[in-house]
Amino acid sequence: MAATSTTVHGAGPIAGSRSFFDRVRDGDEIARLVTFVFAAATVLVTLLLVFELWQGSVLSRHKFGFGFFFTRVWDPNAGDFGALPFIYGTLVTSVIALAIAVPLGIGAAIFLAELAPARVSDTLQFFIDLLAAVPSVIYGVLGVFIFIPLMREYIQPALSNTLGFIPLFSGPAYGIGFLTAGLVLAIMVIPYIISVSREVLLSVPRDQREAALALGSTRWESTWKVVVPFARTGIMGSIFLALARALGETMAVTMVIGNTPTISASLFSPGYSIAAVIANEFTEATGDLYLQALIELGLVLFLLTFILNGLARILIVATSQRGGGGH
Amino acid sequence: MPAMSARLRWRKLVSGFMLAMTGVCALVAVAALFFILGYLVYHGGTSINWNFFTKLPAPVGESGGGMANAIVGSAKLLLLASVIGVPIGFLGAIYLAEFSTGPIAFVVRYAADLLNGVPSIVIGIFAYAVVVLPFKHFSTLAGGFALGIMMIPITLRSTEDFMRAVPNTLREGAMALGASKWRTIATVIVPAAYRGILTAVLLAFARVAGETAPLLFTSFGNHFWSPGWNQPIESLPHMVYIYAISPYEDWQRQAWAAGLVLLGLILIINILARTILARGVSVPRS
Repeated sequence: MAATSTTVHGAGPIAGSRSFFDRVRDGDEIARLVTFVFAAATVLVTLLLVFELWQGSVLSRHKFGFGFFFTRVWDPNAGDFGALPFIYGTLVTSVIALAIAVPLGIGAAIFLAELAPARVSDTLQFFIDLLAAVPSVIYGVLGVFIFIPLMREYIQPALSNTLGFIPLFSGPAYGIGFLTAGLVLAIMVIPYIISVSREVLLSVPRDQREAALALGSTRWESTWKVVVPFARTGIMGSIFLALARALGETMAVTMVIGNTPTISASLFSPGYSIAAVIANEFTEATGDLYLQALIELGLVLFLLTFILNGLARILIVATSQRGGGGH
Repeated sequence: MPAMSARLRWRKLVSGFMLAMTGVCALVAVAALFFILGYLVYHGGTSINWNFFTKLPAPVGESGGGMANAIVGSAKLLLLASVIGVPIGFLGAIYLAEFSTGPIAFVVRYAADLLNGVPSIVIGIFAYAVVVLPFKHFSTLAGGFALGIMMIPITLRSTEDFMRAVPNTLREGAMALGASKWRTIATVIVPAAYRGILTAVLLAFARVAGETAPLLFTSFGNHFWSPGWNQPIESLPHMVYIYAISPYEDWQRQAWAAGLVLLGLILIINILARTILARGVSVPRS
């Protein structure tokens, strides 16, 4: 996984001691220049992306200001655009996803890192990597044809019968909505939590476990009270990484969330997310302000994932360095 | 030896139970993969036939038809994406691994990591602004551009890691024989790391092959053939999306089939990439 790979140290370039003209004659300066241009292209593309998002939303940003984030109205005909229902939907579905994915993912990571023999662990990790490669539109298809009917017929009625006194689990069971979207998202982000947490747990030094066992703790106590706390920051990093994925996820959410800009306490209610509204309305957006409001939503999404990914990286790197930089 | 105290027995019980639960978690996660695969084969397998690969989509109400245009469309989009993403990623990685150590490398790495984290729908907005708006219409070019941008950071960062893992002794040996730096790179370092590089490229390819969101408003979709590079074009993931949310049963059945073909392709590329890597020597896990 490129997102979590750490740089291998100790293999840097060798400083040349030949003169500049020697290097030009050998072609080294040309090779350096050519590769530099391509490396610089990466930076330029990234800068251009930020610039386009910023510049493309200038009308909307000036007209609505910070009120954009606190307004509930989304009325393209009247030219009123507020992002609150979409921000709400994005946050609620992501929180549901994490509530399901975090315990499952960390549990599985503990099994892979602490219990399973190396060969079993590697084989299972191979399948987890494949799971991470399943495209989001496939999760959307499964959501539409399996989760929506399942939620409507069984899970939502059961929840409202038992826990219906809590506003979260009341209301009519449509099948679509926040809860279904959160569930599909959970399955999608579990592989990320498992892969990163497993790496972090494996980098915990062996003597930590041995010391705990020598003091008389059971296998679970050494894992839960010593190894997991040692790897805590890295595991937090994996959760932030998963959160960033969940926030930006488009297709699967669009297909099951219901695409209605509502804010409701009920998790059964249809909703909308930032990514879903961009996906659905971008091609139909008539007028500059409408399009720019959608681009501003894209900017919001970009900033959210930017911050979360940055935090995740810092946390993961900090933990693997503490553990001695791998195993 | 005294009998096991009740307290200890309880602790051992908790330990055994919780460890078993972690096993269940792992099992559930892995089972999800086989569940997805099994369900797609069950629902889509019967709809895959010769027509699926050779015919155009049938109009609403008519049964039959296929997705030949979407398959060719995906191939064209991915070709374009690779033409954009692979050279930038590969050559940029050579710069990072072999030529630069200083702040420039830090900036490039930072930009690549940033780009890697950008949600795909936002990449779509970017491609819309840069390619669709100036040309004033949706096109294969715009879709390929969006996917190509997504390939850059994945290719770049993993290729760099694999090239750095080539032992320094190889570089020194080549230099000692009088080879110039670029000759060392071209004849020693790249060949030594080629399995890793191939894996990086294949994984980047598989990743963008399933992307739908950045294509929604760049390549848009097209029910017919799309000659050239300058018109809207259909793609497999987009077809899966459109057909799955349609109200027609025949289309839904085909969505399963298209999903199966898409997932099969992506899993095969993934397995291939990881097999290539597993057979290699002296390359890091990535």
